[in-house]
Amino acid sequence: MAVARAGIASIGAAHSPVLGAAMLAPAVLYILLLVAGPFLLAIFYAFSDARIGNTQLHFVGLENFRSILQSPSFRIAVRNSFIFTIGSQIVVIIASSILAIALEKPFRGRGTLRFLMLLPWVAPIALGAIGWKWILDSIYSVISWVLVALHLYKPFSAPMWLGEPQLAIASVLLVHSWRLIPFSTVILLAGRTAIPKDIPEAAAVDGAGFWRTEFLILVPMMMPIISVAVLFGIIFTFTDMTVVYILTAGGPFDSTQVLPSLAFTLGIQGSDLAAGAAISLTLVPLLVIIAYLMLRLAHRAEVT
Amino acid sequence: MAVVETRDLTKVFKEGGLGAVNSVNLETREGEFLVFLGPSGSGKTTLLRMIAGLEAPTSGDILIGGRVVNDLSPRERRIAMVFQSYALYPHLSVYKNIAFPLKAQKVRKELHKGKVEWAAALLGIGALLERKPRELSGGERQRVALARAIVREPAVFLLDEPLSNLDAKLRASAREELERFHRRVGTTTIYVTHDQVEAMAMGDRVLVLNKGVVHQLGTPAEVYDNPADTFVATFLGSPAMNLAELAELIVGFRPEHLRPRSSVTGEAVSLRFKVENIEYLGAEWIVSGTVVGGKLGGKKVFSRLTSAQDLALEGTYDFAVPQRELKFFDRSTEKRIEPRAVSWQ
Amino acid sequence: MQTSLSGHALRKIVHVLVITVFTVALAFPFYWMVVTSFKQNVDLYTMENNPFVFNAKPTLDHLTFLFTQTRFLRWLGNTTFVGVAVVAITLVFALPAAYSLARLSGRWGERVGIGIFLTYLVPPTLLFIPLSRVIAYLGLQDSLWALILVYPSFTVPFSIWLLMGFFKAIPRELEDAAMVDGLTRFGAFVKMVIPISTSGILTVVIFTFTLVTQEFVYALTFLSSEANQMIGTGIPIFLVRGDVYYWGALMAACLIASLPIAFLYNLFLDRFIAGFTVGAVK
Repeated sequence: MAVARAGIASIGAAHSPVLGAAMLAPAVLYILLLVAGPFLLAIFYAFSDARIGNTQLHFVGLENFRSILQSPSFRIAVRNSFIFTIGSQIVVIIASSILAIALEKPFRGRGTLRFLMLLPWVAPIALGAIGWKWILDSIYSVISWVLVALHLYKPFSAPMWLGEPQLAIASVLLVHSWRLIPFSTVILLAGRTAIPKDIPEAAAVDGAGFWRTEFLILVPMMMPIISVAVLFGIIFTFTDMTVVYILTAGGPFDSTQVLPSLAFTLGIQGSDLAAGAAISLTLVPLLVIIAYLMLRLAHRAEVT
Repeated sequence: MAVVETRDLTKVFKEGGLGAVNSVNLETREGEFLVFLGPSGSGKTTLLRMIAGLEAPTSGDILIGGRVVNDLSPRERRIAMVFQSYALYPHLSVYKNIAFPLKAQKVRKELHKGKVEWAAALLGIGALLERKPRELSGGERQRVALARAIVREPAVFLLDEPLSNLDAKLRASAREELERFHRRVGTTTIYVTHDQVEAMAMGDRVLVLNKGVVHQLGTPAEVYDNPADTFVATFLGSPAMNLAELAELIVGFRPEHLRPRSSVTGEAVSLRFKVENIEYLGAEWIVSGTVVGGKLGGKKVFSRLTSAQDLALEGTYDFAVPQRELKFFDRSTEKRIEPRAVSWQ
Repeated sequence: MQTSLSGHALRKIVHVLVITVFTVALAFPFYWMVVTSFKQNVDLYTMENNPFVFNAKPTLDHLTFLFTQTRFLRWLGNTTFVGVAVVAITLVFALPAAYSLARLSGRWGERVGIGIFLTYLVPPTLLFIPLSRVIAYLGLQDSLWALILVYPSFTVPFSIWLLMGFFKAIPRELEDAAMVDGLTRFGAFVKMVIPISTSGILTVVIFTFTLVTQEFVYALTFLSSEANQMIGTGIPIFLVRGDVYYWGALMAACLIASLPIAFLYNLFLDRFIAGFTVGAVK
């Protein structure tokens, strides 16, 4: 026994820095190479005049940033990025809160329904978007057909859901919300089930009705989880180019362009690497803010 | 202050299954401390929750203060409840926790401060008002839970095993605090526990439950000295009452009544007894062993003595039980019956 | 909990209403995919027809078209190939890293853990431009190996979180007992911890695979020829000939690509949530 005890001490107790580092290093290196590296490269490109096909590169200072700030399509992209992100988050928070309450207690068929409700989040983004493209098609949209059948519109005069700028923006917002609601609901549900059962019972005994219990007790207790859902939702929407690319390709007339899709259009399709890099870097300030908020959240969770 | 009454109260969770609570009839007395005592699964918590309005009865009636409350929500019944985990709202300060019922019942804001401070003073937690629940000790949390319960001046207090989450040492002092609290406030209280020591110490009366059925309702003395059946007889008292089958009866005697022959006076039943285990607990000894000879031969029995220095392991001694301390139970119904004459040899 | 009888009935109605509305709103597009997949073109493209019923007989034409006239099967194969390779790479990197963070690292380990978490905030839409040059430089353009190289950059952090939570739940005594019996710590990791973590590992496999199938930006940027597409990019881009969308085949393809993933995801959902919330909010 004494030998064994000495053995453990020599093999390594809770902290084995060398082994720990060795097991961690490969992953860290991989991530550094494929994330930090390209990130620095992006910054480098943004300050240069890189183009696909050119072997020469020159430093151009803030020229790229100056020109994109003046470009109207950039300003529209910024506007849209915020509209879609904030707009969809509002819709998502309200919808998923309601849905989380409805799904909390078991009922017959809840499992199947959960599967169905998860589909928007689980299906590859592009495929869900293409599904919506068919539903919102300018001629064959099933929504248009229903509206015409209800005599709200004359035949062939239903709106072009993806063809008119205002409607196109609304459609993109809709698809983003649709995709995120399951994700948000699932996280909120986890938060709700983590609340001990006797808290809402105590509130009931204390005399609180449904709304008071929700807003004074349950929601405040779920704040950390709600924050996680919101912060991730913001990231997923703000940095996404797929929905716009598939649904409208930025149109009509650039009216639904967002920062990531603009970066793609200019950088890859337009071969202007420098402009593309500069635009994609404008995502960074918001991401930094989100990162800060998340760290604060994690720190506070550690303290309690 | 009000009287709680249940009439034929039943709760069945699964169709066709056994009821968690079966046709329970009880009536509290005004201002009494009534304990629901039973093992886990006995239905005592379900019974309490039905009285609180947190579970709907399958059949039967619940009355508080004379009116039927079956269809009333918990908030309408003027009850207060202390949960096993205390269920303090973790994001609110102690002050806000205590004030919450007032807020929920829409009591005017100006009145909150006075009432909260009164409740806090009653429980001696005035200094803790700005703290959050996670900063409090177990005993302090119990006091906050009680303050929150009393601030509304309810008609009935319901407590669901509030001491079971405290460690042993704290439990004794917390228990004493609860007893003092009840004496000060005097509200009718129903207290659920599986711990028979708590039940005996705290209760004015004890309702003994098993498998959803009431076995006995009586004062601690009544359930201890005059158990209604074998379940009550063995559930109260530790070690449990010695029970043995004799002819068509079951005979029982408590360990403290099985003593060395020499110390027993008056009419008594003799038992020869081989000691197999001796436990010294400081204030007393628990001696167990097997009866030698006679109708009870081979039966394991327990004895509780204030002194066992003369006893040795594997030794055989003459013990006796005073005749008047014997309890008799019907063998088939297990219910208590009048003393009979039996032959022990 | 008790409420008055009419309150109870009202609650039930609202509940059913909410559930129905949401289920329809969320699942409708997929139902619509099913309907569209089996409708004849004549039926689909005639304006007057009620789209909710089959005005002509249901047909398997679209499915036949999809499987014989397009590269759909090849895309499925590509995706599976990339998926398996990325899962393997991810496990090799993430398993030791997660164990290290869960058991061995102490204070500085937490910082590294947070650092790894922060990489999640650097999105593909930021890195894709410089990475496209790196891929070109490595001669991997239009090759599935480009994806196999790059995908672990986001599957590994995610998997480390999931696994970390999982390892932390295993009692330390297990490895201690193994070490008393003579194994080294690394040996204990390989021979004891990994075998009992099969469910956690399976969860990582499933979620890594779904991350691979869902990805769009890198696949779009690095791949160009029709034969090398993944299902996420091939379907929306190459099932369109000119300006003509083959909606029937398109919807069928979407369905086939989405449902199996959804099914697996649903099975492992609870672990996913645990990993997400544990990793993010510690």
